[in-house]
Amino acid sequence: MIDVKSAETQLTPHAENQRMIAEMIRDFGKREIAPYMMEWDESQEFPIQVFKKLGELGLMGVLVPQEYGGSGFGYHEYVTAIIELAKIDGSIGLSMAAHNSLCTGHILQHANESQKARFLPKLATCEWLGAWGLTEPNTGSDAGNMKTTAVKEGDEWVINGAKNFITHGISADVAVVIARTGEPGQSRNGSAFIVERETPGFSGGRKENKLGMRCSETAEMIFDNCRIPAENLIGEVGDGFVQSLKVLDGGRISIAALSCGIAEGALDAATAYAQERHQFGKPIASFQGISFKLAEMATKVEAAKLLTSQAADLKNQGKPMTKESAMAKLYASEISVEVADEAVQIFGGYGYTKDYPVEKFYRDAKLCTIGEGTSEIQKLVISRELLK
Amino acid sequence: MKILVCITHVPDTTSKISFTDGNTKFDKTGVQYIIGPYDDYALARAVELKEQHGGSITVLNVGEAETEPTIRKALAIGADEAIRVNAFPSDAFFVAKQIASVAKEGAYDLILMGRESIDFNGGQVHSMVGELMGLPSVSPVMVLDIEGSTAKIQREIEGGKEFMELDMPFIAGCQEPIAEWKIPNMRGIMSARSKPLQVVDPTDDGVQADVEVFELPPAKEAVKLVDPENLDELVNLLKNEAKVL
Repeated sequence: MIDVKSAETQLTPHAENQRMIAEMIRDFGKREIAPYMMEWDESQEFPIQVFKKLGELGLMGVLVPQEYGGSGFGYHEYVTAIIELAKIDGSIGLSMAAHNSLCTGHILQHANESQKARFLPKLATCEWLGAWGLTEPNTGSDAGNMKTTAVKEGDEWVINGAKNFITHGISADVAVVIARTGEPGQSRNGSAFIVERETPGFSGGRKENKLGMRCSETAEMIFDNCRIPAENLIGEVGDGFVQSLKVLDGGRISIAALSCGIAEGALDAATAYAQERHQFGKPIASFQGISFKLAEMATKVEAAKLLTSQAADLKNQGKPMTKESAMAKLYASEISVEVADEAVQIFGGYGYTKDYPVEKFYRDAKLCTIGEGTSEIQKLVISRELLK
Repeated sequence: MKILVCITHVPDTTSKISFTDGNTKFDKTGVQYIIGPYDDYALARAVELKEQHGGSITVLNVGEAETEPTIRKALAIGADEAIRVNAFPSDAFFVAKQIASVAKEGAYDLILMGRESIDFNGGQVHSMVGELMGLPSVSPVMVLDIEGSTAKIQREIEGGKEFMELDMPFIAGCQEPIAEWKIPNMRGIMSARSKPLQVVDPTDDGVQADVEVFELPPAKEAVKLVDPENLDELVNLLKNEAKVL
């Protein structure tokens, strides 16, 4: 007769899930990303097949409830997934995060039941890849003056204009687009719409040739008399910017996590190299000039992860986190650049070549201080919250 | 079909190996543990067989509480339930006795495990379980297909392959390419926590082997690289330095 006892050691659910997710992504990355990523980086190829596989694993709908075909996890698990992907390849992490938190996130947070039922199952499995269009050539952070317009004609909205710097602008199967439905500068003048790829008048434009994040597709989206049914409006007319700001609050956690992953990847590579590389008969890690660098880098990474975890925790609880997510994004992205810079320095001449991973971390990290709100905009958001 | 998959909890293949307590214990500091790679193949094939033929998969580990994260991973990959025999897996015969004890109660059609663990690499447990249960044991199994109550097996032998048919139940020690390792997905991870994991006492504490001391193999010596064009130098080194010619 078997004597049954309860299992005595249990990690917290978050910790155990996060550990398993991290391990899953490391295993996946070894097999499906690491062997090819430098080739994709060189050619700027967007490896759509990788995202289909991430979809099969449930990583393209991390936050989407299971009733809509998603994984039904919270922000802690989501942050872990982005960090682990970014430790391997920041641009895969970026595309995964943009799909999850922007397009899918907008529909999840603000769409009606019928829109959710129609779009989320395909997005959560990556049967459809998503894009999210707010930025325009002349209006990045100043979204209220955007040129893209949507005009109601009968049962349809007619969209005209162009968006740029859009992740998956060419390859997305569906996009959430913010267009102006009021006068320039007027309050509440933007509305959000869901546009499917096959819609006449919707096309991808020029693909950007970037410094880093080169296998994440960044391109224009063009709307030329693009007619979409009235039911594709998300929420009410004029809600678009308010919705977008909430989406960006979550998006900042994504970029903070992305930054943490890139910084940790660079730190790990530099720590290993400093122990292997010998000069004057000793590993260079034994010189204080290098070991103190590593200590500072590691402390910054840990602080960035704690800020990101704090923002994720507030988001999970549904509490306000505008200030905390902006702080996490600001700090994590800035230290990501610093840590990657120091990692290149520790590698010396080899760090400047493509034979070692740190030059890619260095190039990829810079996007994090710019995308989804520059560091300067994060400071604006934080100071506004402080001075309310 | 009821399948029992026995898994080991072993240091990751890239772990640095060192010892403590006067070289009598393995130093676990900073070591990451994984499902034994050969056991992982066995589990992956079990998941495939369940997809093809239906049934259930029970995963079994002989280990202390620290092995539970490894067991949860097996549940995330696709096992339906787990049993942990709460004991340190001190030697092959002790582990085999625990497996046989659990397996006898479960009436399994198939008992799969890796051909060997990758910590002690004994490769003895599957044969011992077979003996203890009076069932056939086959290893290393590279192909395993089920037709009705019969299994068609290919196993590796010296210089070739052996093809055999075998009635269930039996024990198989598995190796690649029996299946491709499976990576758990997010749903598997979510459901792993709610799947049953029973902890049972060992049948007895009849440990038969005791470690006196561990020793690391001698460090690898420096390697001399010789240009492929420079055969004279290679011959000279083999003759005068390595003295193997």
